[in-house]
Amino acid sequence: MDYFLELFFGGLTRGSIYALIALGYTMVYGIIELINFAHGEIYMIGAFTALIAASALSLLGLNGPALLILAGLIAVIYSAAYGYTIEKVAYKPLRKAQRLSPLISAIGMSIFLQNYVLLAQTSDFLSFPTLVDEFAFMEPVSHIMRSSELLIVATTLVSTVLLTLFIKFSRMGKAMRATAQDKTMAMLLGININRVISVTFIIGSGLAAIGGVLISNHIGQINFYIGFIAGIKAFTAAVLGGIGSVPGAVLGGLILGWTESFATGYVSSDYEDVFAFGLLVFILIFRPAGILGRSTKDKV
Amino acid sequence: MKAQSLPFIRRAASEIFQSLLVSCWFMFLTFPIMVIKVNPLERTIDWQWMRLVWIGLAVFPLSFVWRWLMKRKEHGGGQDGEDSWQKRLGEKIRADRKIYTALLAILAVFVAAFPFMFSSYQTQIMISALMYVMLGLGLNIVVGLAGLLDLGYVAFYAVGAYSYALLNHHFGLGFWPALPLGAGLAAVCGILLGFPVLRLRGDYLAIVTLGFGEIIRLVLENWNAFSFGPSGIAGISRPWFFGADLSLGQHTVFLYFIVLILVGFTILVVNRLRNSRIGRAWIALREDEVACQAMGIDKTRTKLTAFALGATWAGFVGCVFAAKTTFINPASFTFMESAIILSIVVLGGMGSIIGVIVGAMVLILLPEYLRAFSEYRMLVFGASMVLIMVFRPQGIIVGVRQHYRFGRKESTEEQGERDAASA
Amino acid sequence: MREMLQVLDIQQLTMDFGGLRAIDGVDLEVRQGEIVALIGPNGAGKTTFFNCVTGVYEPTGGRMTVRPPGKNVAVRLNRLKPNIITEHGLARTFQNIRLFQNMTVLENVMVARHCRTRSGILGAIFKNAGNRREEQEIVDFSYGLLEKVGLQMHVNDLARELPYGAQRRLEIARALATEPFLLLLDEPAAGMNPRETSELDALITRIRDDEGVSILLIEHDMKLVMSISQRIYVMDYGRLIAQGTPKEIAENPNVIKAYLGETFDA
Repeated sequence: MDYFLELFFGGLTRGSIYALIALGYTMVYGIIELINFAHGEIYMIGAFTALIAASALSLLGLNGPALLILAGLIAVIYSAAYGYTIEKVAYKPLRKAQRLSPLISAIGMSIFLQNYVLLAQTSDFLSFPTLVDEFAFMEPVSHIMRSSELLIVATTLVSTVLLTLFIKFSRMGKAMRATAQDKTMAMLLGININRVISVTFIIGSGLAAIGGVLISNHIGQINFYIGFIAGIKAFTAAVLGGIGSVPGAVLGGLILGWTESFATGYVSSDYEDVFAFGLLVFILIFRPAGILGRSTKDKV
Repeated sequence: MKAQSLPFIRRAASEIFQSLLVSCWFMFLTFPIMVIKVNPLERTIDWQWMRLVWIGLAVFPLSFVWRWLMKRKEHGGGQDGEDSWQKRLGEKIRADRKIYTALLAILAVFVAAFPFMFSSYQTQIMISALMYVMLGLGLNIVVGLAGLLDLGYVAFYAVGAYSYALLNHHFGLGFWPALPLGAGLAAVCGILLGFPVLRLRGDYLAIVTLGFGEIIRLVLENWNAFSFGPSGIAGISRPWFFGADLSLGQHTVFLYFIVLILVGFTILVVNRLRNSRIGRAWIALREDEVACQAMGIDKTRTKLTAFALGATWAGFVGCVFAAKTTFINPASFTFMESAIILSIVVLGGMGSIIGVIVGAMVLILLPEYLRAFSEYRMLVFGASMVLIMVFRPQGIIVGVRQHYRFGRKESTEEQGERDAASA
Repeated sequence: MREMLQVLDIQQLTMDFGGLRAIDGVDLEVRQGEIVALIGPNGAGKTTFFNCVTGVYEPTGGRMTVRPPGKNVAVRLNRLKPNIITEHGLARTFQNIRLFQNMTVLENVMVARHCRTRSGILGAIFKNAGNRREEQEIVDFSYGLLEKVGLQMHVNDLARELPYGAQRRLEIARALATEPFLLLLDEPAAGMNPRETSELDALITRIRDDEGVSILLIEHDMKLVMSISQRIYVMDYGRLIAQGTPKEIAENPNVIKAYLGETFDA
């Protein structure tokens, strides 16, 4: 039973991270129908920025949770700035281009960012400093769930709720929904499309950075390549839940997290990534609209 | 005089201010990752302030160039101009049969003499480049002609390589019988994968093929009993040459000619296909799926032929790869490999044969000869993919469609052949 | 005059999109050698009707049948894929021009010969005599069609470089290359000037007379519709509200009220 619970919470943790990244995919896809292939790299840059910030700030004598929060904040700001800039450089000039052009541009951007971090920093794994001690109240259940896992799940929950409220009630959120429905109509109604798209990228990137910081804190080491796999898995999660749908991204993330966790726990750990990719292929073939998504018909 | 120069100065000032702003923004953006270098072993920090200065200095002029290119793109004038000089040059070469044959002859002599003029090492590099030409041309069928973005192309390459390696390891099968077998197996894989996924819309197809490519690699890495896992397969036989006992250098020369002939064959095939009933159906499908179906073309079948044919070529090159290196392991078949082949096609010009050849030569040979820059290779690939998409989505060389002559009843067939060959 | 055989027979065609009924029980027939017009205000469901008949959409209800002239068979179109429907002898053009923009004018037409020719991959690679002959036939046939619609001077231009009116004519030539017995034209005169429209009028009649192709067209240009069509169907809100000869339609009070009113006088 304990093993099952351990896997359950392990899956929940993974799933939360996937969900945080998947939200960025889903929001961007909902608005401009682009698979933002470089999104995984934003997550990686978030993790790196946090690590760098934590290392630099610790020289000033900062330590503990305060440092984690500060480093996390810096990471979120920087990732958002990267997301904003990438959109302006690599996607905005391609709004009217053929459908595959932005995707190829996104792949190029992803390769560029990976190598940018690789060359500027290192190709080795960097260890992430331990900033948060195990919480005392988690002591009795520490064999099935670690404190850093609790932190991930709780933060994801809060972020998702805040995001949902933002999209539902804020002025910008309404503009985003309108843009996702019909870009031309939204424009006619006086919505500044460019701003909506920028905000979408900023929020999505910020969420990815949160994911990056939390997972680094949990696993304890990062390298320049973590964004690629995480990105594809998060994309799987987004498609699984129904791309374009916010609750879908969370649901998809959790399902994927649990699938991986149980499959590696009970079947074989060699094929961890095969399960995820297999699920992706399977979903796209049999239900490309995802669990919560609606299928659309091309206009003729 | 003053009244005229004042708005100019004002505009220049605003341009400079804009570039300064952009430059500051990028300095801010790259600050943590570029400047604060964490030393993983000693857990110390190197402050690399000079890098910040370089970024600022580089971005400032680049931002002018960017805005200028952007303006030119919006007005559309520049691109047409470039196309037309290319077109004019192409037409001139094509029109003058003498120049055309002469150029072709020089090229043929150079290519044939290459392994005797240069060292074995250079020949090895050329073999690699030619292999990428084939891979590029194969992927060009799928991406450039049929418009299907395949991000898992390397999977079929792996199928070809492992087919030969395993057949050779277990049954001692030689290169020549393995070549068609490997290609055939890759084609079968292409059809098996293509059948369910080709219904998907373009960008989903891209991700599924990516997933499939990774699955193949992961299986090869983990299924030790079948593929010998990460340690790979060594001691694969080199191609048989009438039983002659060739030295290593001679083998290289021999392999060079094998690849050269295969490249020639590939160019012939792709060129003929492009201007055939099937090829036109592929291009039509890329241009407009709905209209294509309305013209009586079976969407699934047409896509499947393109996909399978692309896979076949990857299979061919896979066999050659195994024969060249005599050792393969899954590390040669990562997503990055797919990305490199894709950037050859994209950079060279989707749909253009010469474009792909130029693309492969530039992308494979440049980093080899500019060793100092080879670590920046992927960085440059990525950046150029973005830049090409933004400023010149048609690639370096634009594919030219076949022209036909009518009126005077001359042989249109021959004319078409000639035009197509130089396109 | 010989007996007019039915070539297209639509019965009770219905199409729902979610909760929205775009077409509601429409009956329509086209007889051999006829030019029939389908008119109605924007959003009446005309293009959706075309999309159902050509297999782009799968209708929710109703029966669609074609009877290729000269063959004593009836083919049910429901559930057939668009390319199969084209093979059976229906061809169409599109309201928002859908040419293969980066192919030449001639190639656009050559593509449409696909379903009437055979060459495969091996044929293309080895180019044996049969394939060469077939390729030459495709070229000649296509060129002939371009002459017919008056585009022979543009054969080697890219389709996207053509002026608007010429693009519409190219779409017609492309559709004809599939050798249809019934041609569906979706607003062929849209965006044309009066001179081009009158040329189009002549072209459509010529196609019907020379090729023996029956024609069903959607059009807003009332002058064109009244001058070339033998019969007219009028749709409004997904329903058929009238049908008859141009004269009957012009006098039909329902039609005048729903649609023609001001436009017809002008």
